[in-house]
Amino acid sequence: MASSMISNTTIPPPTSDRSHRIKRKKKAQSKAQQAQEQQQRLQSHAKWRSQAQQQIYSSKLHQALSRVNLSGGPRRGKAVREAADRVLATAAKGRTRWSRAILTNRLRLKFRKQKRNHNQQKAVGPARSKKARFGVLRLKGKTLPAVQRKVKVLGRLVPGCRKEPLPVILEEAIDYIPALEMQVRAMAALADLLFGSSSSTVAGSSDGSGLPPPI
Amino acid sequence: MSSRRSRSRQTSSSRNITDDQIHDLVSKLQQLLPEIRNRSSDKVSASRTLQETCNYIRNLHREVDDLSERLSELLATTDTAQAAIIRNLLMQ
Repeated sequence: MASSMISNTTIPPPTSDRSHRIKRKKKAQSKAQQAQEQQQRLQSHAKWRSQAQQQIYSSKLHQALSRVNLSGGPRRGKAVREAADRVLATAAKGRTRWSRAILTNRLRLKFRKQKRNHNQQKAVGPARSKKARFGVLRLKGKTLPAVQRKVKVLGRLVPGCRKEPLPVILEEAIDYIPALEMQVRAMAALADLLFGSSSSTVAGSSDGSGLPPPI
Repeated sequence: MSSRRSRSRQTSSSRNITDDQIHDLVSKLQQLLPEIRNRSSDKVSASRTLQETCNYIRNLHREVDDLSERLSELLATTDTAQAAIIRNLLMQ
């Protein structure tokens, strides 16, 4: 049983005793934990640039889009955009404000259309919980009206960050931008696959999925 | 739960975020922007960074909108058999 536990990590030399193996397993586990935490610090880059993430997103997007397509109607473009955003927010796994805000907004709109009286209250706390009011604004150089204006504009662009202080907006933007880039890459690849010719899009990194020519 | 260590710098209740942390965030943001990354990254002001960030996000939104339009048109023309094939291709 001990050997099966260890087979995930390393292959222990046959002469070591059991305590040695357990120590090695713990060391490997803590190293994996450290690597994981480090990756979470590099979260935005590693996560949104990985090929696996893009493929997962593409397939989920395609599933969602086939449902959208069935409903049809005059506003398909917007519906596609909303579906793409929703899948993107889901891929973020709720760790960032913008993703939670996207998902919350959709719920809010849906309920508002169906039942007016029922769900008027703001559904989710985390999108608006933290407000450091003045502490941030006293930083040198950041109280310039020009900078403040830009911060406000940026807060409006990133979903869910309208009333957040500067460092929160910066953090959200740092995660949001690679996510958007991945969204563009995945949708461009999908359009390419469906139609075989694509207009110029954000080159960035080639998605390298090696898609065969469309049928 | 998961990112507690990386988020220990958040202001939330303490309101004591330092200049260094902001500078750190700004430089990380600068690395993401293609405009600034390709040129000298030392002399870019925070204001310029924010401006470029806004522009870049707006561009990305616009691209997503354009792609959505195209996809909506394209999806209208493919039938279910092709959709199944495409899904298989995507899973590879």
